[in-house]
Amino acid sequence: MTYVKEEIGFVAILARDLRLASRRRVDILLPLGFFVVAVSLFPFGVGPEPNMLRQIAAGVVWVSALLATMLSVSHLYAADHADGSLEQMLLSPRSAYAIAAAKASAHWCLTGAPLVLCAPLLGLLMDMNSQALLILTATLLLGTPILSLLGGLGAALTLGLRSGAVLLILLILPLCIPTLIFGAGAVSAAESGVSVEAHFSLLGALLLLTGLAAPWGTAAALRIAVE
Amino acid sequence: MSDLPSLTAHDLACRRGDRLLFKGLNLRLESGRGLWLRGRNGRGKTSLLRLSAGLGAAAAGELRWGDEPIKRSESFRHQRVWIGHQNALKEDLSAIESLQFLARLHGRRHDLPAIQAALAAAGLQDRARAAVRTLSQGQRRRVALARLVLEDEPGLWLLDEPYDALDVDGVRWLGGVLRHHLARGGSLMFASHLPAEADGPVVDTLDLDQQA
Repeated sequence: MTYVKEEIGFVAILARDLRLASRRRVDILLPLGFFVVAVSLFPFGVGPEPNMLRQIAAGVVWVSALLATMLSVSHLYAADHADGSLEQMLLSPRSAYAIAAAKASAHWCLTGAPLVLCAPLLGLLMDMNSQALLILTATLLLGTPILSLLGGLGAALTLGLRSGAVLLILLILPLCIPTLIFGAGAVSAAESGVSVEAHFSLLGALLLLTGLAAPWGTAAALRIAVE
Repeated sequence: MSDLPSLTAHDLACRRGDRLLFKGLNLRLESGRGLWLRGRNGRGKTSLLRLSAGLGAAAAGELRWGDEPIKRSESFRHQRVWIGHQNALKEDLSAIESLQFLARLHGRRHDLPAIQAALAAAGLQDRARAAVRTLSQGQRRRVALARLVLEDEPGLWLLDEPYDALDVDGVRWLGGVLRHHLARGGSLMFASHLPAEADGPVVDTLDLDQQA
């Protein structure tokens, strides 16, 4: 009796990662904690002038979310690589593409989604108005999956390297720049009264493109890592 | 009983770094046969098993499953069972959850009764719900090997040091599982340092010391 369907592999890996995370809840709070601390450092650094904070708020929240994602993604494959699970996944009848997509999805559920939920609160802290908050949250909702997918690619490429975490950030941050530009740009566009439709279309296009290409690259990198 | 294709290696060479582990290796593993890899440490037993599982690329030569190269064979993907030196268990999951995940991943039976029966066969009925973190090395090995009990169809089993960390009972249990597997037409390749068990599976040996 064999059950071979791609979605079963995807669901099995996603469910296992979520279950593992539920056994280690503190790990979920760490990137979130970093995000909150990083954003709240800015009023101390640039001064508590509300106009200034309002102007930089979207950019600050976006950059902090980006860094929180990159810091947490560096260990995405490390444990599975060390205990032999990754080998078993790659040798299973499931496609490596589905494995990479499942791992990136799990990362988004555990890191990206909490960041999106937390962002409006931090925006409020930076004196953003309700319209800007709404747009900020919406761009993060579209943008954080891109970051998880790119981060997964970086984690696979740097798997097994000693200073993998730093290398990952150097490799992947440049790829995140377009997402950052359109994500943070949408909020400033709205504030200056310009339509944000183009920003959202471009973010959506980036998400589709990354969703198609990143798991494929991740899969190739993982195959090299287990050899 | 369906006919299992045979695994053949032709003029196989394996390189680790700049060291040639073996070259010109030919082997043929047919349905119902077992092959015991022997040799001193660093002779390439694990490397040969990994190559046979499809992990890594050979320096020269080719491995075929029936008449197809293993990397392109769809049936090989389903019929190969690789249990490496690492047990592929998650510390924070229970034995049941770990085994269930592996069985589900590989498209084998993964309903709870089947998983519990497999763990009971491996002598772990009392520890089935315990977190893997709390299990001893031998018990972890048993959980990993319990996967073999879920294999309903004969396939190609590639086991790296399967007897590692097992106690006397465990060795006897595994010997029985392997004998049953060979008797129903499965094929088996494994590496082990243990002397042959009197009631273990009947296998051919390949001594890698004589290959270099």
